[in-house]
Amino acid sequence: MTNSTDFLLALEGVSVSFDGFKAVNELNLYIDKGELRVIIGPNGAGKTTVLDLICGRTKVTEGSIKFKDREITKLKEHDIVKLGVGRKFQTPSIYEDLTVFENLEISYPRGRNVVGALFWKRTDEIVERVREIVKMIFLSDHLDLPAEMLSHGQKQWLEIGMLLIQEPELLMLDEPVAGMSVSEREKTAELLKEIIKTHSVIVIEHDMKFVESIAHRVTVLHQGKVLAEGNMDAIQADPKVKEVYLGH
Amino acid sequence: MSAAITHNRNLELIGFALIAALILVVLPLALDIFRLNLVGKYLTYAFVAIGLVLCWGYGGILSLGQGVFFGLGGYCMAMFLKLEASSVENTKIQSTPGIPDFMDWNQLTELPFFWVPFQSLSFSLVAVFLVPAIAAFILGAAMFKRRVGGVYFAIITQALAAVLTILIIGRQGYTGGVNGITDLRTLLGWDIRTDNAKYILYFVCCFLLLGTMLAARFVLASKLGRILVAVRDKEDRVRFSGYDVANFKVFIFCLASAFAALGGAMFTLQVGFMSPSFVGIVPSIEMVIFAAVGGRHSIVGAVVGTLLVNWGKTLFSESFPELWLFAMGGLFILVVLAFPRGLAGLFTDQLMPWIRRLGASRGELRPNPAPAE
Repeated sequence: MTNSTDFLLALEGVSVSFDGFKAVNELNLYIDKGELRVIIGPNGAGKTTVLDLICGRTKVTEGSIKFKDREITKLKEHDIVKLGVGRKFQTPSIYEDLTVFENLEISYPRGRNVVGALFWKRTDEIVERVREIVKMIFLSDHLDLPAEMLSHGQKQWLEIGMLLIQEPELLMLDEPVAGMSVSEREKTAELLKEIIKTHSVIVIEHDMKFVESIAHRVTVLHQGKVLAEGNMDAIQADPKVKEVYLGH
Repeated sequence: MSAAITHNRNLELIGFALIAALILVVLPLALDIFRLNLVGKYLTYAFVAIGLVLCWGYGGILSLGQGVFFGLGGYCMAMFLKLEASSVENTKIQSTPGIPDFMDWNQLTELPFFWVPFQSLSFSLVAVFLVPAIAAFILGAAMFKRRVGGVYFAIITQALAAVLTILIIGRQGYTGGVNGITDLRTLLGWDIRTDNAKYILYFVCCFLLLGTMLAARFVLASKLGRILVAVRDKEDRVRFSGYDVANFKVFIFCLASAFAALGGAMFTLQVGFMSPSFVGIVPSIEMVIFAAVGGRHSIVGAVVGTLLVNWGKTLFSESFPELWLFAMGGLFILVVLAFPRGLAGLFTDQLMPWIRRLGASRGELRPNPAPAE
């Protein structure tokens, strides 16, 4: 498919099969600039696989993925990152042995090759940027703490912060509030509302209360296909969705 | 842990200074030249151990084949020295004068083409670094670009050590075979077998080692050092922060190999020969044990570990030669089970807090060291 697209991200006819099992089947998904899209669906619906496909961790068997009208299915992971796609993993994926500052510094989008890393200078600009980010992710008081000392929720925030400092246009968050307390969830919702002012975001989430609190548009995946798509109210009223997912 | 390391930079500098004082002043004054030469030989293994700190301790890449790079560096040096020792005049009793003795014994009648450039010292010195680094680059690029790592990588490096040993032993006309390249005499006419030369070479080795320690410290203190730690912990996360992880692994593996090669070249100069017994699986694993005992996260620890284990080996094998390998195996198991971060870990995790507590209980509460900027 060579037709150009105005969407920030466009998946068209995307399929992937693992040993004959189609985890994602002829999927079409379009994300607009500045959009916050929530993907829900029962276990095994292919939600995480979709993120894996977009960020290049898994290669598509068929179909096209375009980011900013550029085909990215053949690119390496780090090149997709450089185009402006950031991805957060389901379990908090941070560098436990490094401090909060160092975690964010590594994610700063400069000096990403061997020479650049070897002769890296910690400039005021970088320190300033790191301070801005830690403020957003509620970790200002823990800048020099080894990341392993953070609570589970704080680790989730740190990873979101690591994405933000990369300055991606599209953030993909896989279950950002998993394992968080109620107050942490509320703060995360605040954080997300702040983030979508300047970024497009895809969120995978199971927690329906959280989804209600943030969602603009919701896509329901089922068996690797889009079951329904629309705003929250329409989705909750949809009998098909009730049957496979919400009813449980 | 790395946060602890950044905060312990001063401690590390003290360690550097102590090592420098020990090898430059204390040992030369305390030991006769025979023993000092032995220490010099141990120090050449320390180059390998420092390389292992970089690629294993920090990068998480366990190589069980560092002997290959030690050996390649050593052989490059030995080839030059052997050619110099095999002048037509020195070898006039051979059927083909002017080629190394072992070639003559194996009915070779002319110098093999790959030996020819080693008549030049400058070529040989460059080759000491380049040959092992290129070998490491090819191996590293082939493995890491395909995302082969962990145990698989360790096994492949071990196989490589076995392969190179077999190759050297099997092609004895070209390599000197199982005896290695022996009877090395002079470096540009300067006799390296005299006591005087041994002293000088010992000090050259010391300064190169200290330089290597500083270079390693520079790498680990840079952002690259922190990226290595990050790769070790969460390789995928680093990739999705926009880094081509394989390049970093290849770089650190090549650097570790170049360090090992430098050690190998200094070994040849000080000990006066190079043989496949320093290339194979056993020496490669011994080198890993040196780093493990000293502490694979500490440059200073790796050097201390190398010296201690080798000193123990010499003491032990002088009295109970047949028991040494068991002692070595036992030591490795002990380290892995009881103090996985080695002597350096024991020092920073156990001893330092104990000293601080001791200080605190005497009412000398010291403020915590200032956090890194």
